[in-house]
Amino acid sequence: MSTAVAPVERSRTRSPLTAFTNSWASQIGITVAFLALWIAFIVGAPTTFLSDRIYLAFAQTTPYFAIVALFLTMVIIAGDIDLSFISIMSLSMVGFVFTWQATGSTELGVVACVAVGALCGLFNGFFVTIVGIPALVVTIGTQFLFAGLTLVLVNGKSYPLVSTNSSFAYGLLAGKVGTIPIQFFWLLAMAVVAWVLLNRHRLGQNAYVTGDNPQAAQLMGIPTRLTRTMLFVLTGMAAALAASMNALSLNNFYPNIGSGYLLPTLAAVFVGGTSVFGGRGTIYGTFLGAFMIGGIQAGIVAVGLTDYYTNFVYGAVILAAVSVHAVLQRRFE
Amino acid sequence: MGAKRLELRHISKSFGGVRVLEDVSLELGTGEVVGLLGDNGAGKSTLIKIITGVHQPDEGEIYFGGRRIKDLDVHRARALGVETVFQERALADQLPLWRNIFMGRPVSNSLGFLKVGDMRHATAELMGESMGFTSAVLTPNTNVKGLSGGERQGLAIVRALHFQAEIIILDEPTMGLSLKETEKLVKFVEGIRAAGKSAIFIDHNIFHVYSVSDRIVLLDRGRVAGQFQTSRYSLNELMDIMREVAATGAYTEQDRYLQGRGTSEVTTVSSEERA
Repeated sequence: MSTAVAPVERSRTRSPLTAFTNSWASQIGITVAFLALWIAFIVGAPTTFLSDRIYLAFAQTTPYFAIVALFLTMVIIAGDIDLSFISIMSLSMVGFVFTWQATGSTELGVVACVAVGALCGLFNGFFVTIVGIPALVVTIGTQFLFAGLTLVLVNGKSYPLVSTNSSFAYGLLAGKVGTIPIQFFWLLAMAVVAWVLLNRHRLGQNAYVTGDNPQAAQLMGIPTRLTRTMLFVLTGMAAALAASMNALSLNNFYPNIGSGYLLPTLAAVFVGGTSVFGGRGTIYGTFLGAFMIGGIQAGIVAVGLTDYYTNFVYGAVILAAVSVHAVLQRRFE
Repeated sequence: MGAKRLELRHISKSFGGVRVLEDVSLELGTGEVVGLLGDNGAGKSTLIKIITGVHQPDEGEIYFGGRRIKDLDVHRARALGVETVFQERALADQLPLWRNIFMGRPVSNSLGFLKVGDMRHATAELMGESMGFTSAVLTPNTNVKGLSGGERQGLAIVRALHFQAEIIILDEPTMGLSLKETEKLVKFVEGIRAAGKSAIFIDHNIFHVYSVSDRIVLLDRGRVAGQFQTSRYSLNELMDIMREVAATGAYTEQDRYLQGRGTSEVTTVSSEERA
């Protein structure tokens, strides 16, 4: 945020071309970075990255964190953050398991799962906007709280979900469309929903303004608390949806189902060009960022490096991508 | 004269035991521009936040058009036509012009989906007609970050007029503006009066306020130290009064002005002090 920067007369070299690059610098940057990484994969491992099998694998595994990343993007644009979604994944699945066991209905289980996710988001939003604690601190707390509650409720046990395989919900959340995993279509649908909410709805307008200039948002009568809480609720619901898809697909619920998703999800958002300071970010960027993060692990093994390189390459790609965004922003805006 | 557009009566406000405003009364007539002057900490911004509904007064009454408004909040104030033009705080830098124009009041359908085309179109019209932004590279999609101080001010002002503001509050609008841009701003403030709207122009610099204000209200340590019609006081006289108020918290009008005001003596003293 540049509140202290005096509006000095800068040398302005505006042409229609730079006006275009100004508006689209971030999207162009992430697209170039995405293509560069993918070309590196294809050159390094043509047999793997030119066959459809790896893409079918991505189509199933990437949505689990990409769907959350889409809505987390909006939370971060509004100036907050959510680190608790990995535990929301666990706790919402407790809602699924209990409802499913009580009613025998997988569909009702999924509804309960998403409802618990929404409640978790509401809980986060309450502490952030009403009690007034920074989201970073609140969601560190609720990450422990929701995970701990999960362990208490299920006594640390896992639940096999094999018998859900014949249900309608299984087909809807973990099935295939032709040969393509349905998770991928969920990701596309959620990306459209998130894009529309962010760019073509009051919620997104208010989220951008709230994150860019909270004081202005308040003075202009924007319901900032409601806006921020709504975004936590949506993120909670997205986490629950991702968890139910993941668990149904694995035929198993285990209490730490969300573990391992925290950093890839955050990385997808930031690689996609969303600013940690709020007010800036795109769904398109997060979408590509998620596939960059999702592709790295498979890519490393496929190009002949050992798995030990994974974290190293993750780190390198994340730093390179956010550096590109920083440079583009200084240069063009 | 009829009902005043805005009337504050005996407003007091404390924050954490500190009295920021003490028994402040203020009137604003239709088509009147009032300059609100005072040092940092005089209570200017708190007073403005009470008028805009951000803060509620501990004591006192607020009237709009003669009607008492209880529990004034931001929404209510805006509905009553109060619009604030802040220098740095009113705009979202990283967002395009059209999102800034419609900040907090987007054009949308009943489900909350935005009519982006309408908003872009309206922004383009405002830019051409009211802001004088004719450059082809400034479009409704341009980010506010690229605008100069004067252009930002223009944007906030045009936004206020577009939404039919009745009372426009200019909060330190000259801060950081070049001389040329300040002149543009003064023209706009004169335009507010011409349009039959009212304005409160806040500044700590009397030079910016004097030429455009009908009346100047001097705030000092949370109290109204005095009110002066600019038609009756010269700039020099007001500067003397301000100095005295800053030093003592009050001024001695009886001695100097009521008994034969406008004497050459006073003017002489002022010129010496200026030099």
